[in-house]
Amino acid sequence: MGEAIVITSGKGGVGKTTSSANIGTALALQGKKVCLVDTDIGLRNLDVVLGLENRIIYDLVDVAKGQCKLQQALVKDKRFEDQLYLLPAAQSSDKSAVTEEQMKKIVSELKQTFDFIIIDCPAGIEQGFQNAVAGADKAIVVTTPEVSAVRDADRIIGLLEKKPIEPPKLIINRIRTNMVKKGDMLDIDEVTNILAIELIGIIADDEEVIKASNSGEPIVLNPNSKASIAYRNIARRILGESVPLQQLETPPKGMMTKLKKFFGART
Amino acid sequence: MIKTQKVIMKGTKDGLLLLLDDSCSFSELLKELEEKLSGQKNDEDSRSVHVRVHTGNRILTKEQQKEIEKLVHFHHHLHIESIESNVILKEDAERMKQESEIHVVNKVVRSGQILKVMGDLLLIGDVNPGGKVVARGNIFILGALKGIAHAGCDGNEEAVICASNMNPMQLRIADCLNRAPDQDEIRRQESECAYIDENRQIIIDRLAALRSIRPNLNRFMEGGI
Ligand SMILES: Nc1ncnc2c1ncn2[C@@H]1O[C@H](COP(=O)(O)OP(=O)(O)O)[C@@H](O)[C@H]1O
Ligand SMILES: [Mg+2]
Repeated sequence: MGEAIVITSGKGGVGKTTSSANIGTALALQGKKVCLVDTDIGLRNLDVVLGLENRIIYDLVDVAKGQCKLQQALVKDKRFEDQLYLLPAAQSSDKSAVTEEQMKKIVSELKQTFDFIIIDCPAGIEQGFQNAVAGADKAIVVTTPEVSAVRDADRIIGLLEKKPIEPPKLIINRIRTNMVKKGDMLDIDEVTNILAIELIGIIADDEEVIKASNSGEPIVLNPNSKASIAYRNIARRILGESVPLQQLETPPKGMMTKLKKFFGART
Repeated sequence: MIKTQKVIMKGTKDGLLLLLDDSCSFSELLKELEEKLSGQKNDEDSRSVHVRVHTGNRILTKEQQKEIEKLVHFHHHLHIESIESNVILKEDAERMKQESEIHVVNKVVRSGQILKVMGDLLLIGDVNPGGKVVARGNIFILGALKGIAHAGCDGNEEAVICASNMNPMQLRIADCLNRAPDQDEIRRQESECAYIDENRQIIIDRLAALRSIRPNLNRFMEGGI
C-alpha cells in the first residue's frame, strides 16, 4: 500500500510543481515506484517540467469520467525502467470537472501499485485544492520567504488541520542568501516561527532550476546543483532518514543557537 | 380543611413581594393570584408600587410569564420589577457556565481562522497575522499576538487582553478599536496587557499595571495569599 502526499501552498508560483517533479523524481532515483498526479486542471504544467508533454493521450478528467482506464492515462517517464509515471491534468476543462470522491477513488487505486503518489495542487483554496487534498495521507506545504506567501501558507495549514491527514511538513523555496543577510527577506527562523510546523527542506533560489524546468529535465537529475541536493535530501527525509538540513551560505539559527542564547543570558 | 395559600403577598419597604406556590397547577395559581390582587385598589393615581415575583422551584415559560404580567399590570400602579426562581433551565446553566469559564485552547490560530469563546480565553500558542480570537471575557495569550484580538465582545469594557508578545494587527475591547501603526515601530518582546483607559482609548501597558487597574481579575485566593 503506497502513500499519497499532496504538495500545496495557497499562493501560486512558489514552487509546487517544481517541488512535485523533483521530489517524485528523487524518490524514483531511490528505487521507489512513484506516480505524479497533476490536479491543476486547466493550467497543467507538471508534464512540461518533466518533459512528457508530447506523450499525453488521456488525462485525469478522462479517468474520473470513466472515459478511459487509469492505466491508459498514465504516462511513463522513459528515463527510468518502471519507476516514474505521470497522471496528467486536463488542459481544456475546469477545476470542477473532477469531484473529491472521484479523486479519492483514483488515488486509492494508484496506492495499490505505487509506493508514492505525489499530488501537485493548484493555487487557491477552492475546489481544486479540496480535490488535491481529498485522497492524500500527508501534505507538504511550499512557501517562499515572502510575507504574502507565508500568509497564504498559514491559511492553507489551517485548512489542512481540519482534514484527516498528518500534520503537514514545510519546504521553504527560493531562499536568496544575500537578501536574507541584508534583512530584505524573511529568514528561515522567521518563517518557521510563524508557521510552527516541521521543516522538511530548504531550497536556494537557483537559476539552474529554471533552466532545468525549461528543458524538461528536473534539476534532481543533475547531481551537482545545490537545489538538486536539497530535493534529494527531502526525498530521503520522506523515506525516514534523518538528514541534517543542508547549510545554505549562512547557517540557519537552529535550536542549538537558541539554546546557547538562553544559557548565555543566565551567566 | 385548611386551605393552603398558593399566593402569599408580602409588603416590604421596597414594594410588594409575591411568593407563588410551586406544587399546584399553573391555572390554579393564576386563579388565586387574580383573587388576591382583586383586593388591590385600581385607580390611576395611586402611588406606583414595585412588585417582585418569586416562583419557588417552578420555571415559568415565556408565555406563563406574560400571563402573570398581564394579571399584575391590570392594576395600573403595580410594576413588575423581577420574576425570579430558585431553579434555571439546563441550557441557561450551560451558558452561564460557559460564560464564567476560562477556555484553555492549545493551538496556533492561523490566517483566516476565528476562535471564539463565551468566557475568558487562555490561548497557548500564537495568533498569526490574519487570525482572530474573540472572547466575551478576557483574553490571555501565552504566545505572540500578531493577528486580531477582541475581548469583551458583548460590550464588557472592563475586559483585558494580555499576551507574551504583543504585536497585533488590531486590538478591540467592547466597542473600542485600535489599529497597529502603519510604520512597523519597535518589535515588542515583553509580556504586555491592553485595556480601555479613562479616555476610552485602548492602551498597551506593562503586565504589572493590571493589578491596580483591574483588581477584580483575581478569580480565586486559595492558599491564603
Ligand atoms: N528554487 C528555485 N529557484 C529558482 N527558480 C525557481 C525555484 N523554484 C521554482 N522556481 C521557478 O518559479 C516558477 C514557479 O514555479 P512552479 O513550480 O511552477 O510554482 P507553482 O507550481 O507553485 O505555481 C517557475 O518558473 C520555476 O522554474
Ligand atoms: Mg503549479
